[in-house]
Amino acid sequence: MLKFILLRMAQAIPVVLAVITVTFFLVRAAPGGPFDSEKAVLPEVKKALEAQYKLDVPLTDQYLGYLADLADGDLGPSFKYPGRSVNEILASGLPVTAELGVYALCFALFIGVLAGILAALRPNTKQDYVPMTLAMIGICMPSFLLGPILILVFGIYLEWLPISGWGDLPGDKILPSITLGSAYAAYIARLSRAGMLEILSQDYIRTARAKGASDSRVVFKHALRGGLIPVIAFLGPAFAGLLAGSFVVETIFQIPGLGRFYVQAAFNRDYTMILGTTVFLSVLIVIFNLISDVLAAWMDPRLRTQFSKAK
Amino acid sequence: MSSPTHHLAEEDIEASSLWRDARLRLQKNHLAVVGAVALVIVILAVSLAPWIAPYEYDAQDLNLGATAPSAAHWFGTDIFGRDLLTQILYGGRISLAVGFIATAVALIIGVSWGSVAGYCGGRIDAVMMRFVDVLYALPFMIFIILLMVVFGRNMILLFLAIGAVEWLTMARIMRTQVQSLKQKEFVEAATSTGLSPLVILYRHIIPNAVGPMIVYTTLTIPSVMLLEAFLSFLGLGIQPPATSWGLLISYGAETMEEYPWLLIFPGAALTLTLFSLNFLGDGLRDALDVRGSKD
Repeated sequence: MLKFILLRMAQAIPVVLAVITVTFFLVRAAPGGPFDSEKAVLPEVKKALEAQYKLDVPLTDQYLGYLADLADGDLGPSFKYPGRSVNEILASGLPVTAELGVYALCFALFIGVLAGILAALRPNTKQDYVPMTLAMIGICMPSFLLGPILILVFGIYLEWLPISGWGDLPGDKILPSITLGSAYAAYIARLSRAGMLEILSQDYIRTARAKGASDSRVVFKHALRGGLIPVIAFLGPAFAGLLAGSFVVETIFQIPGLGRFYVQAAFNRDYTMILGTTVFLSVLIVIFNLISDVLAAWMDPRLRTQFSKAK
Repeated sequence: MSSPTHHLAEEDIEASSLWRDARLRLQKNHLAVVGAVALVIVILAVSLAPWIAPYEYDAQDLNLGATAPSAAHWFGTDIFGRDLLTQILYGGRISLAVGFIATAVALIIGVSWGSVAGYCGGRIDAVMMRFVDVLYALPFMIFIILLMVVFGRNMILLFLAIGAVEWLTMARIMRTQVQSLKQKEFVEAATSTGLSPLVILYRHIIPNAVGPMIVYTTLTIPSVMLLEAFLSFLGLGIQPPATSWGLLISYGAETMEEYPWLLIFPGAALTLTLFSLNFLGDGLRDALDVRGSKD
């Protein structure tokens, strides 16, 4: 098991390095410098600015300098907000996005696993078709459509819940969490249905049933651990998706999280901010993929031999 | 459960039986049939947009402004007095085109990469698939946004970027197919007649792996369309004066309080099309008996 973890970690390092390198050079290759703004800047001022942000040294030196700063955990200053470092901006957005992500994931896991188990217990009946059709709707209904519709119905017509903000009004965390989580609830429902169906057809489940175990005992005591392995393996990619989804959800609900900062940085051409956020989010995603692989391997020893399994 | 390769190998004995069986199974799946019919209608409608759209694409009537659905404008009009039905028909051309073209890019790269890796095996295979593994671990959503920011919002780049993300799964599936087909007697026979590996791949192996590829192509198109809509919603995808369903939804969301139809109709168009594609894909998977790794 330790060997498995170490090997997977060793595989993660080149990925992280590749992300940093590609992002760095892509951002530097972008046409138009960060100071080519609407206002004409005096040449001397521009030069001073470039010196301040170390843009006047050769590209390779910039790259090595960035790597050295990165090793100290320093993501550099923001181009757009002078005096604020990328670290500060990320630190202010991360707790919000993390909280939103946790709520969305809890919602997705609870609804998804419940629906999947119900469907797998009575396959090809109403108890299967109804949740699975809902899951298909969840997959086809993108968050940027679901969010506005929820706002329209629950915020504007019914006036039950606030339509924007985060932590200012009671209940303003409900709609964003559901918007972000529903697509994952749908995927998890399909995965846990497939996983449970496979496990429920195994001999040891038949033995358990033959010994008179009830449905709930069969599910919770015998089948759940094996049946949920696909769901656990999906959590890593789901985390990446949740982060990307938070771009849209935070924009719709005006939540001051990482996703909103990233989209704003993209529009402001705030290159250090884009670079810093990309590196930070990528490392997070790689770490979560690692954790979900390790968890899946812990639950299913057969996976430990397949080092290259990424999904 | 019998494996797909088993079925596909039988196809050589009796050419039409696999496809006839599959068609019969598909016809029994009502959701998939409904999906297929709806899809044909949508494709016909958007391809014929210049002829069937009730108004010109760029026709606006500023005096009219936003009006609710009526006999003259079935889906209503937007704040510039543009007919929404016309906008949706033209937007659908772009949404579907992105879906199909980017998927085609993914299909071409994925099939070539996967079949070469699977056919060569050994060290070449290990290196090629490790490359795929590394790319798999990259956070692509963030990269596509980055590309759109850095190089401007250019449609060709959008096709390429999305296609470049989606080929990875295709390559993996293709490789598994080729690996198992390679063991079959007919490939051995072809090898012994002295055919070159390239001919064997294109004439004998790839045609037999067509079933799973059709299924995954059908399931990739909706995820590509979703990606395009997502980017357009953020303002990083399709740019005006062109339009797409994602862009229309984004405009609709801005004014949904006053003019909810501007959100509802484009949203319905996108969701129903994705629905049809997914149901058809699921139906094809069951009909062609392909075991899914996406599920």
